[in-house]
Amino acid sequence: MPMLEGRGVTKYFGGLAAVSNVDFHIDQGEIVGLIGPNGAGKTTLFNLISGALPLSSGEIRFKGQRLNGLKPHRICKLGIARTFQETKVFPNMAVFQNVLVGAFFGRSNRVSGADATREASQALEFVGLSGMSMTPVKDLTLVNQKRVEVARALATKPELLLLDELMAGLNPAEVSEAMELVKRIRGRGITVFMVEHVMKAIMGICGRIMVLHHGEKIAEGTCNEISCDRKVIEIYLGEETRAKS
Amino acid sequence: MDITQFISTHRRLLLVGFLLLVLIFMATFPLYARPYHVRVLTIILIYVVLAASWAMFSGTTGYMSLAPAAFFGLGVYTMALLQQQLPFFLIIPVGGMAAFALAALIGLVTLRLRGMYFAIFTFGLVVFMSEIIQFLETRLWQKHGQAIIPIDNVTLLYTMIGLAVVTVLATYLIRRSRYGLALSSIGGNEEAAEHMGINTTMMKVLTFATSSVFMGAAGVVAAPSLIYVNANIAFSTFYSFMPIFMAIFGGMGALYGPVIGAVVFGYLEKTLRAQLYSYFMLGFGIVMVAVILFLPSGIAGLIPRLQARLAGMSSKLGKGGQAKQHANA
Repeated sequence: MPMLEGRGVTKYFGGLAAVSNVDFHIDQGEIVGLIGPNGAGKTTLFNLISGALPLSSGEIRFKGQRLNGLKPHRICKLGIARTFQETKVFPNMAVFQNVLVGAFFGRSNRVSGADATREASQALEFVGLSGMSMTPVKDLTLVNQKRVEVARALATKPELLLLDELMAGLNPAEVSEAMELVKRIRGRGITVFMVEHVMKAIMGICGRIMVLHHGEKIAEGTCNEISCDRKVIEIYLGEETRAKS
Repeated sequence: MDITQFISTHRRLLLVGFLLLVLIFMATFPLYARPYHVRVLTIILIYVVLAASWAMFSGTTGYMSLAPAAFFGLGVYTMALLQQQLPFFLIIPVGGMAAFALAALIGLVTLRLRGMYFAIFTFGLVVFMSEIIQFLETRLWQKHGQAIIPIDNVTLLYTMIGLAVVTVLATYLIRRSRYGLALSSIGGNEEAAEHMGINTTMMKVLTFATSSVFMGAAGVVAAPSLIYVNANIAFSTFYSFMPIFMAIFGGMGALYGPVIGAVVFGYLEKTLRAQLYSYFMLGFGIVMVAVILFLPSGIAGLIPRLQARLAGMSSKLGKGGQAKQHANA
C-alpha cells in the first residue's frame, strides 16, 4: 500500500478545474517531484493534501486513512508537514520560537517542555540555523526564512514532508545546499514530495516526477523518462533541456 | 557595586519587591486617601482589567475585538438583576460565566471572519446587546433602567484589586505557556499555525471567551457605583474603545503595556476630564495620534530603548535614573 494515495482528485474554483481527476501515489522513502507550468495546479494539489482546501471530488488517503474533510491541524498530527511557496513564518517571533510551535503542537498536544525544546534545537541544528535562534524571523534573509519553515515542519516529526518551491529565489550555491538538505531529510526516513521549478534540483534528487498541466497529470516517470517525454518538452521544459540531458 | 549590574542580576527579586510595594500601596490606600480617590483608584483598576483582558485575546492574535462593552455591560446587568437574589461575591463569577457563554457563542459563529469583518461584527454585538436590553425593559419589565444598591467604596476597591491581580496573573501565565505561544503564532500567521497542528478555531474561541470572563466580572464590580443603569450606560461604546486605546498607548508587546496604559489614561481621565472636558478629549486625540505615529509599540516599547541607554551609561547614574529603571525592571 502506498503511503499517500490520491484517486480522482479534483478541485474546482468556480467553473475552473484547478486540479482535475488526478491519480497519484507516494511510496515510503521516496523523493517525488511535482513540476508543471505556472498555474498548473501544483500548489493547489498540496493545499488539498494538507487540508488547506477541501476537495471538490475524489479522495486522498494517507497510510490507508481518508484525509477528506480533515482540518490542517488534524492532518499535521497524522504525520504530514509542509512548507509554503510564499513563506508563512511567524515574523515577530524568534527563530527558535517558530520551530518550538511545531515541536509543541505537531504530533501531539502533550509534549513536555523539555522534549519540545530539544526537538526544536535539533531541528534548527539540522537546517544549520542554530546560530540565529534568538533572531526575529522577519530579520532573516529569504533563504534562511525557508530554512526556518523546513525546521518548523521537521519539528512536527512528520513522516511525509511537502516542500513547495523550496529553491525558488535561491542562488546556485544555495540551491546545492538545499538539495543536500532534502537528501538528508530523506536520510532521516522522511518521505518527500516537492514542487519545484529548478530543474537541476529536480533531476538531481527526485526518484520519480509527476507533471501537471492545466490541472491534469500529463506524465509521470523517472527523470530520464520525463526529460524525453514529447508532451512535457513541448509544454514545459523546452528543447534546450532535452539537449542537455 | 555597579548599580546596573546589581539590577540585572537581581531582576526577579526587584520585580517581586516592586509588585509587593504596589499591592501594599493599594491595600493601605483607603487608610490615608480621600473617598473620592478611592473611587478613582477603583476605576483605574477597572480599566486595567479591561485593557489587560482585551490584550489577552486581541493583542496576541491580532483579531480586533470591539466587544468589551458587550461583556462589561452584561456584567453590569447581571449585577442589576441578581442583586436581590445573590450575595455580591457570588454575582461576580456568575457575571463572568455569563460573559464566557456569550463570548463562546459569538466566537463560534464569528471567529471564521477575519480582519475588519470581525471588528465590525463585535461592534455590532455591543449595539445588539443594548437594543435587546432596551426591548426587554420597555416591553416586558415595564421600566426604564435599573437601580443598583450601592456598596461601600472600600469593599469595591478590595474586590477590584483582587480581580486585577487575577487578570494580570492569568495573562502572565498564558503568555509564558505553550498556549501563549500558540496564540502568538496565530497572530503571526494563522494558516501556518493551523498547519503546525494547532486547532486555531478552538484556541481563538477559548481565549476570546476566557478574556471576556474578566470583562464580565469587572462589569459586576463596577455596577454598584453607577447606582442607576440603563442599556445606554451599561453598554456604552466607551467601554469598548477605552481598553483598546489604553492597550495601544501602553503597548501590547509586553504584559505591563496595557496596565501602564490603563493607569496613565485612567488617572488623567478622572482628574482632568471633570475640569477640562473638551480640552481633555482634544488632548487625548492628539496624544493617541502621536503615540501611533512615533511609538508604534507604545510606552512599553520605550522601555527596552531606555534600558539600552541606561546600560550604556557608567555607574555614575543619578538617583532619578536609578528609580526609573527600578520601575521598569
